[in-house]
Amino acid sequence: MTDHTSQAELVRRSLKGRYRKERRFRAYGIVAIAIALTALVTLFTDIIGKGYTGFLKTTITLEVTMDPDLMYLDDPTDPKQVRMADFVAPLVAAVDRALPSATEDDQDALRRLINPYASSELRDALIENPEWMGTTRTMSFLAHSNVDVYVKHKGDAAYSIKLTDQQQAWVDDLRARELVETSFNDVFFTSGDSRDPAKAGVLGAIVGSLLTMIITLVLAFPIGVAAAIYLEEFAPRNKLTDFIEVNINNLAAVPSIIFGLLGLAIFINLFGMPRSVPMVGGLVLTLMTLPTIIISSRAAIKSVPPSVREAAEGIGASKMQVVLHHVLPLALPGMLTGSIIGMAQALGETAPLLLIGMVAFIVEIPEGFFDAATVLPVQVFLWAGSPELAFIERASAAIMVLLAFLMTMNALAIWLRKRLERRW
Amino acid sequence: MKLNKAFATVALAGAVAAMSAPAMARDTISIVGSSTVYPFATVVAERFGSNTDFSTPKMESTGSGGGMKIFCQGIGTQNPDITNASRRMKASEFELCQSNGVKDIVEFRIGSDGIVIASSKEADHMDLTLEQLFLALGEKVPQNGKWVANPNKTWSDVDSSLPNKPIRVMGPPPTSGTRDSFNELALEGGCDELPEAASLSKDEHKAICQSIREDGAFIEAGENDNLIVQKLIGDKDMYGVFGYSFLEENGDRLQAASLNGVEPTQDNIAGDKYPVARSLFFYVKTAHVGVVPGIVEYASEFVSPRAMGPNGYLKDVGLIVPTREALMELQDKVENMPNLTLNELK
Repeated sequence: MTDHTSQAELVRRSLKGRYRKERRFRAYGIVAIAIALTALVTLFTDIIGKGYTGFLKTTITLEVTMDPDLMYLDDPTDPKQVRMADFVAPLVAAVDRALPSATEDDQDALRRLINPYASSELRDALIENPEWMGTTRTMSFLAHSNVDVYVKHKGDAAYSIKLTDQQQAWVDDLRARELVETSFNDVFFTSGDSRDPAKAGVLGAIVGSLLTMIITLVLAFPIGVAAAIYLEEFAPRNKLTDFIEVNINNLAAVPSIIFGLLGLAIFINLFGMPRSVPMVGGLVLTLMTLPTIIISSRAAIKSVPPSVREAAEGIGASKMQVVLHHVLPLALPGMLTGSIIGMAQALGETAPLLLIGMVAFIVEIPEGFFDAATVLPVQVFLWAGSPELAFIERASAAIMVLLAFLMTMNALAIWLRKRLERRW
Repeated sequence: MKLNKAFATVALAGAVAAMSAPAMARDTISIVGSSTVYPFATVVAERFGSNTDFSTPKMESTGSGGGMKIFCQGIGTQNPDITNASRRMKASEFELCQSNGVKDIVEFRIGSDGIVIASSKEADHMDLTLEQLFLALGEKVPQNGKWVANPNKTWSDVDSSLPNKPIRVMGPPPTSGTRDSFNELALEGGCDELPEAASLSKDEHKAICQSIREDGAFIEAGENDNLIVQKLIGDKDMYGVFGYSFLEENGDRLQAASLNGVEPTQDNIAGDKYPVARSLFFYVKTAHVGVVPGIVEYASEFVSPRAMGPNGYLKDVGLIVPTREALMELQDKVENMPNLTLNELK
């Protein structure tokens, strides 16, 4: 009896300490989550704070007179004339007219307010509409990237303003008259890379990422799932399969650049595939993603309760029927999750792509698996290293696009899992 | 049933991917090479693509050495047509090209780039000699006739005329062509001015004169020069080593130290007065001319006056453009495409 009470006493006395311990343990968890959240919030505020201006473009609206004498051009449909024509002169003349304070000597300073590629836009517009020759039209052009930086970041210590005082006064004047305006940067989503920050866009990189991911998914998912099913359901347990298993686990931890080297040696040098194409990029990323998919698929298959298998076998299902009709449908949600994690990892890779030439300046939007292309993280990397300051905000904006891409992929995975999931 | 459909879709997609057969004939020029030339060459490539019917060349920034290796791998459209370099092709690289069947190569020298030692505008302007620079950054410096680990902690330890501030310099990593040139031109140049350097054997000379100290005074900053620029603006005791184009872009916030009394300006670098300047090149594979469309036209755009002339667009992005005579010679080269020979490189 006394023994009992003293034991209860002991428990009672230690109770307070145990509760304290538990509270402490929970507090550790909360602190860990708080640290993770702070890091995430800091990252997001920094990126969004720096990058939201990347989604704005600065345009300049001009009354352009298509004067044949000024352009040395009579017939815009004649390619020979177009090649020798001067499409900058009418633009400079238009800026000159818009700014009464500008003089003859300011031609160079005026020219540097308009985007260097505005003349190409004018040329293309004229080739399309030859009847515009000799008329005056109101047209909007991208402003020079220096004007863009000035309008968006006046007084910001992180940017240096490269306009002269007079140019600044002109831009202020044009802004007051709503001829220089900022609006949503559609160029950023409809064009490929450019060395001119105002004209640079992420579409090329988005398409490149998409093409690369398609190859990776189409190859890595079936191969990974097939390997996992064989290893888990059919393979005998012996030294050889143990050896294979150890190696798959090792492969999952190999630095990704190694896969790039492998891709360079095999796909490009041995098979003679072209450099910088999504096909080779997808193949390399497939090799990188395969171990992740195999490991997670095997875990998903293992988690299917043996009772399901036994019940199927009990009513006379063959091994293959058990796998295809029962195990695979139940394991599929887990396999999909693993595959999406692998794909998300592959989406963010740049290192293996460096060696197979996908870290490159590519202006044109890729149209197929064998067109030169780059991917989103590479685009961020390239812009972050550019000397022009206006690329900093583009890089941050591209990071946001990459994050959106990633979230879409994850959302798709969750949706697929919810749809396929079966409870028992 | 659902599963069969899913498998069928995957299989179909795989078949489609496999059937879009490799288009081995290439109609886009492929360019590799130096990261220093990259910001200039990409501008030319983009203008070329926008103003002609040819598609915009694809450009990889692989570093000069990496570019040579890929360029010399052989003939055929899976190999690049042009390589950029921030130094001249080495004889060994030329031989590699020859042994892989890349026989005919045309060399274009496209102006120069200076390497600057910059700091925040708020810092005192420094006037360095190359010798002082070596004494500040070399791994070993002479003391009483012996080479000892660099004891200099502050700039004033090197020379009393310099500011009494700790030596802290950020610069590119050893994989960078800028670092190679900095070691060769700035450090070795300064080392050669020391009387003690004359008595070193050839191997020792290279080992000692081209080694940067690793005790924290020189900070390797990775290939991203923008990071160095940001750091310099925030910390006025810090100095940074990078290409002239970054100084040009940040001219209102950064200043550069003068070396041997010469400021790094366009004129001084182009006129070979500034001691740490190097020439930039690109090399064309003649065998690909006519196979891949637009190669000659690209080269001709590069050396045109609207690109490299005194008011050309390459000057706007910080290239030190060649003289008028050199430009005319380059244009002759595009016409005649003379082959590079081994003797020229030796």
